[in-house]
Amino acid sequence: MIELTGVMKAFGSNEVLRGVDLTVPKGESMVVIGGSGTGKSVLLKCVLGLIAPDAGTIRIGGRDVSGAAHAAFLDHFGMLFQGGALFDSLPVWQNVAFRLLRGSLKRPKAEARAVALDKLRRVGLGADVADLHPAELSGGMQKRVGLARAIATDPEIIFFDEPTTGLDPIMAGVINDLIREIVVEMGATAITITHDMASVRAIADDVAMLHRGKVRWCGPISEMDASPDPYLDQFIHGRADEPIETLR
Amino acid sequence: MKLLAELGAWALGALAAIGRLAIFTAETVSHLLRPPYYPREFGQALIQIGWFSLPVVGLTAIFTGGALALQIFAGGARFNAEAVVPQIVAIGMVRELGPVLVGLMIAARVTSSIAAEIATMKVTEQIDALVTLSTNPMKYLTLPRVLAATLAMPVLVGVGDIIGIFGGFLVGVERLGFNAQVYLQNTVDFLETRDIVSSLVKGAVFGFIAALLGCYYGMRSGRGAMGVGRATKGSVVAAAVLILAANFLLTEAFFSA
Repeated sequence: MIELTGVMKAFGSNEVLRGVDLTVPKGESMVVIGGSGTGKSVLLKCVLGLIAPDAGTIRIGGRDVSGAAHAAFLDHFGMLFQGGALFDSLPVWQNVAFRLLRGSLKRPKAEARAVALDKLRRVGLGADVADLHPAELSGGMQKRVGLARAIATDPEIIFFDEPTTGLDPIMAGVINDLIREIVVEMGATAITITHDMASVRAIADDVAMLHRGKVRWCGPISEMDASPDPYLDQFIHGRADEPIETLR
Repeated sequence: MKLLAELGAWALGALAAIGRLAIFTAETVSHLLRPPYYPREFGQALIQIGWFSLPVVGLTAIFTGGALALQIFAGGARFNAEAVVPQIVAIGMVRELGPVLVGLMIAARVTSSIAAEIATMKVTEQIDALVTLSTNPMKYLTLPRVLAATLAMPVLVGVGDIIGIFGGFLVGVERLGFNAQVYLQNTVDFLETRDIVSSLVKGAVFGFIAALLGCYYGMRSGRGAMGVGRATKGSVVAAAVLILAANFLLTEAFFSA
């Protein structure tokens, strides 16, 4: 279980997170939605330890993961980045098996390659792409490789940052289905941040809407459409009228 | 008052920058003592910085050595001292021009490349990805490059010194009419161990500065293409200035007595 209590973060005078309270039960898929600049990525980076929150606590599995426990947390963690964040200098299979080739999870090279090929197969890519470099792949293939890397060590927690951004609707649907299948199959706890309502409906067990640095609404996906919250209603239907301010 | 306030703000900013660089340096060096290490990344950095810099170092040194010989001959002729060409070329190349020119060429070639590569990795979230893959970017990216540059640069400077002296020798013998054997004998007789040691130590220090600043500016890059451009430009300027400043201090330390 991931628990955030009163998490606050400001950059100078810009208060991005103003006391976020959020609980993601073990094995559940939580999707965080919200407009651009509402702090979704900052929230994710706080949980990851890439940014230190100014106040509040972040507990994973009941333990505070700041300090020394952070390294142990990362050993059971996988992440799909918005742009893939694949390492240009490494072939695809070494990107996927990155963790298995170095550090505490290191395995023999042949074994690491076999795991990489298996994970690539899991995301619908053949062995023929294994020795290519990321620059030789299409955007959709790069997302799949990023997904294969995220699940390479069978993590207990997976984060997906805008998993369908920049993809055509068909490929976005494929990635959404893959994410859902993988999360269910692995029993992983997942947090996804996205603007894409198709992704929300395909991936989420629960949805949290972030607005002005706070969780505006949180509940099961089945209750989202019936929610009386005007902010949520406006966001999920993509309307430009109030209450959420828009620049036109 | 406004001028004073601006001066104060500038001074505080400069001190903060020095502090950040000092912390970055200390953290880099501290990783030397703390595993894990990444020998593959170190090997690749060694090849990139050492092996692939040899052509530019060789070309820079040979033309500089040749030009130096011509200048000393022409200048020496004003007081009948043309015969000192071998000695001055040797001392000039080994003590100063070899390490400084190689250092500046490495700042242009290696510092810029490291800064641009790491800045691009930062902009495209590859640095964040390293962290999520339980890999410390300082250990994986910075230490191998800084260590490789520190070890490769004395070799590059040594090669540059030899090629520079050879450039002077070629001009001296083929253009200025020196006897080849006498030229070489004068070169060898005139150089002292201290000259060579100072040259190699300068190389190591300049290599450390060049790679460290490339990594520092890359890691601190701003967003987008402009951020990468600024990081690259800033790293080369800072490395060049620090190399020249370090050269003065090292020359003072080795030869002031």
